[in-house]
Amino acid sequence: MRQMSRSDPAPSRLTYRLERLMLTPVFRLALRVGVPFALAFGAAGLWFSVPENREAFHGMLADIRISIENRPEFQVRLMAIDGASVHVAEDIREILPLDFPVSSFDLDLDAMQETVVGLDPVRTARLRIRQGGVLQIDVTERVPAVLWRHAEGLELLDEAGVLVGPADSRSDHSALPVIAGEGAEQAVPEALALMAVSGPLLPRLRGFERMGARRWDVVLDRDQRILLPETGAAEALERVIAMDQAVDMLARDLVAVDLRLPRRPTVRMTDNATQEMWRIKQIEAGGEQR
Amino acid sequence: MIELYESQRAMRNMRRAAMQRGVVAILDVGSSKIACLVLRFDGTDPSDDGIGSLAGQSGFRVIGAATTRSRGVRFGEIVSMSETERAIRTAVQAAQKMAGIRVDHVIACFSGAGPRSYGLAGKVDVAGMTVDEQDVARVLSACDAPDFGHGREVLHAQPVNFALDHRSGLIDPRGQIGNELSCDMHMLTVDAQAIQNLAYCVKRCDLELAGIASSAYASGISALVEDEQELGAACIDMGGGATGVSIFIKKHMIYADAVRMGGDHVTSDISMGLQVPMATAERIKTFYGGVVATGMDDREMIETGGETGDWEHDRRTVSRAELIGILRPRVEEILEEVRARLDAAGFDHLPSQQIVLTGGASQIPGLDGLASKILGQQVRLGRPLRVHGLPQAATGAGFASAVGLCLFAAHPQDEWWDFEIPLDRYPARSFKRAVQWFRDNW
Repeated sequence: MRQMSRSDPAPSRLTYRLERLMLTPVFRLALRVGVPFALAFGAAGLWFSVPENREAFHGMLADIRISIENRPEFQVRLMAIDGASVHVAEDIREILPLDFPVSSFDLDLDAMQETVVGLDPVRTARLRIRQGGVLQIDVTERVPAVLWRHAEGLELLDEAGVLVGPADSRSDHSALPVIAGEGAEQAVPEALALMAVSGPLLPRLRGFERMGARRWDVVLDRDQRILLPETGAAEALERVIAMDQAVDMLARDLVAVDLRLPRRPTVRMTDNATQEMWRIKQIEAGGEQR
Repeated sequence: MIELYESQRAMRNMRRAAMQRGVVAILDVGSSKIACLVLRFDGTDPSDDGIGSLAGQSGFRVIGAATTRSRGVRFGEIVSMSETERAIRTAVQAAQKMAGIRVDHVIACFSGAGPRSYGLAGKVDVAGMTVDEQDVARVLSACDAPDFGHGREVLHAQPVNFALDHRSGLIDPRGQIGNELSCDMHMLTVDAQAIQNLAYCVKRCDLELAGIASSAYASGISALVEDEQELGAACIDMGGGATGVSIFIKKHMIYADAVRMGGDHVTSDISMGLQVPMATAERIKTFYGGVVATGMDDREMIETGGETGDWEHDRRTVSRAELIGILRPRVEEILEEVRARLDAAGFDHLPSQQIVLTGGASQIPGLDGLASKILGQQVRLGRPLRVHGLPQAATGAGFASAVGLCLFAAHPQDEWWDFEIPLDRYPARSFKRAVQWFRDNW
């Protein structure tokens, strides 16, 4: 009877169900992936649910960040400014309040570039942190093209009419033309175009005056003026120069050459010249001699 | 009759679900062992174009197999629910473990429960020009079911033959032109109690029953080769507690029965005759058993052994001839009983008289010689068909019904409940009935 009384190998219902459960693919996947994930997230969540732990964690993060930022590799010790004149460089150093050494993480290069470009004489500026802890600022300055005389004084404008800076005296910038008048600073390109064509007049040129914010007058010495039209001012000036070269017009006793109506150039003479002309005409007509 | 087949239809749906999942378990609940095979279906259905490769068995593969000693089953019927449940659990768990996958659907077979065969005939006029599905449904429902008695349930109901206006032997009458359609049907009923017990045991194991079959039928599918099934043959499945008889012709089972005797009775005869425990008797039977004694057998002495402590009792020997003398009458009795069943079924009127012996008890040496004396000349020992992935240990004759059940699971024959329900049996508010009413009146 030994074999018959052998213990029954049948699994209990619980074992059977457990084994069937373990053979279910979804359950096995959940066990292999889901449980470790749940445990890890649960433990982390539990730890983070305590405020002290959370603060300690954030403090640790901040400490790490600070320690990295303060490493000597990230320190900026110098500021190098290229392409700027001494005054402009001083201005830049003044408006960028940096006390070196400073970490490169604390530098907001975009804002600093805006600040630098905000300076009048600066056209463009490129900021970068060079190797060796140098804040490199490459500046392109505005080139003054005209002198602008107005009620407050004398100022320099570049070729687009943007303010470059104050000018101390006319003689410092003798090569630049002077513009004046209402709305002159808004028409600097036109003035420069006139300047370009007024080659033979240059020795006599005093400046350009904007009349009524719409047209230019060319002011020469001996109080002579050339009144140019609103449109086609440069061509009109060329015509005046051509007339001057043909009959030496401007050397005569004129007050103004009026080309506001370009088809009908008008010359205004001085009183003296007018009297003289009348006298000559009478002589030619055989009138009484005085 | 619709109510009768609701559970069968439900089981077919369950089988379809199992097919979609691709894994189904086979459970052969026998009196001496419970075998469980786990099948994986790889989705290829070879039934599309005739018979596929490997005789249509290439669609599945056995990925798990386990056998356990049966408990609580006698004569192929469950007598102790909890014991049987534990045995099923053991087998299923071991097979699942081998397969490495969980199975939820199980197709089961059992041998006992007094199977009874009925031949049914039905006749109906074809409604339209040609026979369609509804005509087949009507002729099936026109078969007058015999009064098989209270407490019995239909296990198989297979249309075996269709005839259309004196043209008989049609397999598929659909689309043919004719006036009168008749059909023959084979119906197998068993005790409802046995089915309920089995279903309950399976349910207690958290499994879904996806099909149920008679083991005589299942072993016939696997042990008979194709031309035997076609020309007519009987399969005798000699199990532990019951011997199943099934007769096939034209690839249909036309008769099934069971004799409530088997190998366990032989063992108990030996146990009683030699005064040894059942386990020893089983060992002696399997090692030294036989049915034809020769002169040599008188001199071959078998030690019965024992552990009673009585030296004289434990040192007894018995000659093999004596053993055969005990064994043979019982085997003869079983075969005589089978002969009686075959005669009752009219097996001798069949064109072919082939008889195939299979099942665990058919492995007694010399059985084919004895059987040919009792059953007729054309007797052979059958082993189940080879299926993919079946372990070597499960290829013996004792696994004929398990293997047959695999084939049954893969390609079940059409049963009554696989056909359409005739329209007049639909519920009164059905859409199909409305369509039919319009067609009839206009």
